[in-house]
Amino acid sequence: MGAVVGTLTMQTKQRRPSRDKIDDELEMTMVCHRPEGLDQLEAQTNFTKPELQILYRGFKNECPSGVVNEETFKHIYAQFFPHGDASMYAHYLFNAFDTTKNGSIKFRDFVMGLSTLLRGTLREKLEWTFHLYDINRDGYINREEMTEIVRAIYDMMGKYTYPALKGDVPQQHVDAFFQKMDKNKDGVVTLDEFIIACQEDETMMRSMQLFENVM
Amino acid sequence: MAAGVATWLPFARAAAVGWLPLAKKTMPKPPIDNSSRSDEILYVNVSGVRFQTWKNTLDRYPDTLLGSSEKEFFYNEDTQEYFFDRDHEMFRHILNFYRTGKLHYPRHECIQAFDEELAFYGIVPEIIGDCCMEEYRDRKKENQERLAEDTEANEASDAPLPPHSTLRERLWRAFENPHTSTMALVFYYVTGFFIAVSVIANVVETVPCRPPKGSVKDLPCGEKYQLAFFCMDTACVLIFTFEYLMRLFAAPSRCKFMRSVMSVIDVVAIMPYYIGLVMPENEDVSGAFVTLRVFRVFRIFKFSRHSQGLRILGYTLKSCASELGFLLFSLTMAIIIFATVMFYAEKGTKGSTFTSIPASFWYTIVTMTTLGYGDMVPNTIAGKIFGSICSLSGVLVIALPVPVIVSNFSRIYHQNQRADKMRAQQKVRLARIRMAKKGTTNAFLQYKEDRVDRDGDSTALCVKNRSAFEHQHHHLLHCLEKTTNHEFTDEMTYSELCMTESVGFRTSRSTSLSSQQGAHNHSSTGCCPRRARRRTAMRLANSTVSVSRGSVQELDTLHHKGGAPPQTRSSLNAQMCDLKLNCGDPDFSAAIISIPTPPANTPDENLPPSPAVVPGILRNSRATVFTHDTVKISSL
Repeated sequence: MGAVVGTLTMQTKQRRPSRDKIDDELEMTMVCHRPEGLDQLEAQTNFTKPELQILYRGFKNECPSGVVNEETFKHIYAQFFPHGDASMYAHYLFNAFDTTKNGSIKFRDFVMGLSTLLRGTLREKLEWTFHLYDINRDGYINREEMTEIVRAIYDMMGKYTYPALKGDVPQQHVDAFFQKMDKNKDGVVTLDEFIIACQEDETMMRSMQLFENVM
Repeated sequence: MAAGVATWLPFARAAAVGWLPLAKKTMPKPPIDNSSRSDEILYVNVSGVRFQTWKNTLDRYPDTLLGSSEKEFFYNEDTQEYFFDRDHEMFRHILNFYRTGKLHYPRHECIQAFDEELAFYGIVPEIIGDCCMEEYRDRKKENQERLAEDTEANEASDAPLPPHSTLRERLWRAFENPHTSTMALVFYYVTGFFIAVSVIANVVETVPCRPPKGSVKDLPCGEKYQLAFFCMDTACVLIFTFEYLMRLFAAPSRCKFMRSVMSVIDVVAIMPYYIGLVMPENEDVSGAFVTLRVFRVFRIFKFSRHSQGLRILGYTLKSCASELGFLLFSLTMAIIIFATVMFYAEKGTKGSTFTSIPASFWYTIVTMTTLGYGDMVPNTIAGKIFGSICSLSGVLVIALPVPVIVSNFSRIYHQNQRADKMRAQQKVRLARIRMAKKGTTNAFLQYKEDRVDRDGDSTALCVKNRSAFEHQHHHLLHCLEKTTNHEFTDEMTYSELCMTESVGFRTSRSTSLSSQQGAHNHSSTGCCPRRARRRTAMRLANSTVSVSRGSVQELDTLHHKGGAPPQTRSSLNAQMCDLKLNCGDPDFSAAIISIPTPPANTPDENLPPSPAVVPGILRNSRATVFTHDTVKISSL
């Protein structure tokens, strides 16, 4: 009988450390991040105050804690592309937005990224795109990085496409890209090569202009 | 799509800038966003209580009343607010749904009132959050069951007879619902009385009565007053037979009636009498005859027509049959084990009552159920030890599981019903999600068709009933298509394409035939024949042309299976062919113009022109065709 009681008490003692861990986790999730003041954000970005207000209200509603972590981000982005698998591209996109590299996007990162994409100069947009493609941030886009990105984009299309997606289509796309961008044929694309090549591309310049008034 | 996602749409569209360097073609123009960017506060007056909310909040769910233009019907110009003459307490929950994205069910509200409010505001109950979903479902089920019972009861008792019912229908109704007419009620009580009389007579006739004069032995009353009992029995059986025959006559479905439990009981109750009548009075058979008389006790089950409780008991036993079966099985196992052990333990002793293992079964049962008659008792020490173990385990085997089984059965029974329902609902839920996804795809394909309309006919900006959010989302998907040079299709079209690729040559010939079959078929020739015709051209170089009427049907069935999407693309092509040559590239337009001409020809003439025309065009634009540069050519 004593042994029975003994084992029962032992079990309860073991449970306590894990309960402390749960309390810690609860504490962490309660912490809210507050963005800088409205005036400061207005100064740093190209948005007006009302626009920032609208953006923040939407952001805060979706993420009351004030940050978006990668899982939530992937989930949200996947909702726009129900046909295919958007998780890989969302991962690269997340890294592009997360300038502070701490695994979560705060409102400031969100708004800075949007400001560059929507209201920035052409050069800023191209730089942003270059940083998106340059997965390891070494200043060069090599074939492997590009293949990853292109594959991730094609994954978003899903299975049911016309014409049917064959296995080597991403590779062909990457080859075409490098042919256009890599001027000195050294196998990597630097920022300058990228910007020059994009400015020469009429189609792309026209498309860039179309995206001016997305917001 | 989840509403909160609408907030992130501008962000997703901005991120599309990342696709631009990879795209080979220009991105499509974004939709014109007429709505003013600045947000405004809307006032909603619900029977006097004024709610205020941002317009954007309501716009999150464009397929509800408040999120769509339907609310304009309720706009009051004088007071500059939307007025709803509904319950304001319920409205609070509905507005919270817009704000938080989760719909909660208030527990103190009536489920039907809540459902009605949801229906009014255009919100499907499926989106109730998980926290409140179970409560909602339980209440709804309870309500529905109650309603069903009420309607059943109403129908059963008070429904007046249809004016021109036959005798049969009236009779059946009298039997099923004795409360309807006095005659039925009388008949009901008379049969009940006779059942009771019959059962009592069966019982009494075995009681020993005073012996007649001159005899010592006690006689059972049945033998003393044999004639009286026989008359009573005959009368009862006559009544029962009459009742059974009347029911059989009145039953709407005689086969079904004969298979029902009650009628089987009726038959079993009266058969022994008739068999007894028929059987001769010799000694050999009378033993069997006596056994038959046992079946007369089944008459007591006839009471179940008169008693609701008996029916419920029968149903309960039937429903927990598996639990009882398990109890029986475990008992049997224990009995066999202990009987074997006891037999071998008591084998040696003289005068042992444990003569065989089956004989030990009786001991085991009596011991395990703690009856302990004492007719069989172990004498050896080993036997006594095992006997005590047997009785202890009997307590465990029987006494413990029985309450557990009783409560288990009630819990499992309810749980099973709930689990089955949830499984069925889960299937429905998944099906709805799948349909919503398909809906998004179809909406997007529809959007593409509209885009072509708009490109071609710039004046007619046909504003279909689609929100700004949908426009922008479709534009985003369109950009992705342009980036990757592939188009979104749905499952049906995709599998259809695989099929047409494999059917190939024969199909192509027959499509040119089917294209002759009238103007309305022009739309059905659509994309597949054009694609097939291209393949035809490629194969024509080294194959002969053979027309097969049979394959026309094949293609027709293929077309019918295609459903909506091929038709949208085909109508797209049809429009392209008619006059709008806005591809901006001369080779392509040439290809498009010349291909429609073959359909105008008769079947015989068709063969020469199309091979001549198509390869020529294709040779010029082969590179473009194979790289599928534009939507229009790719659909060839």
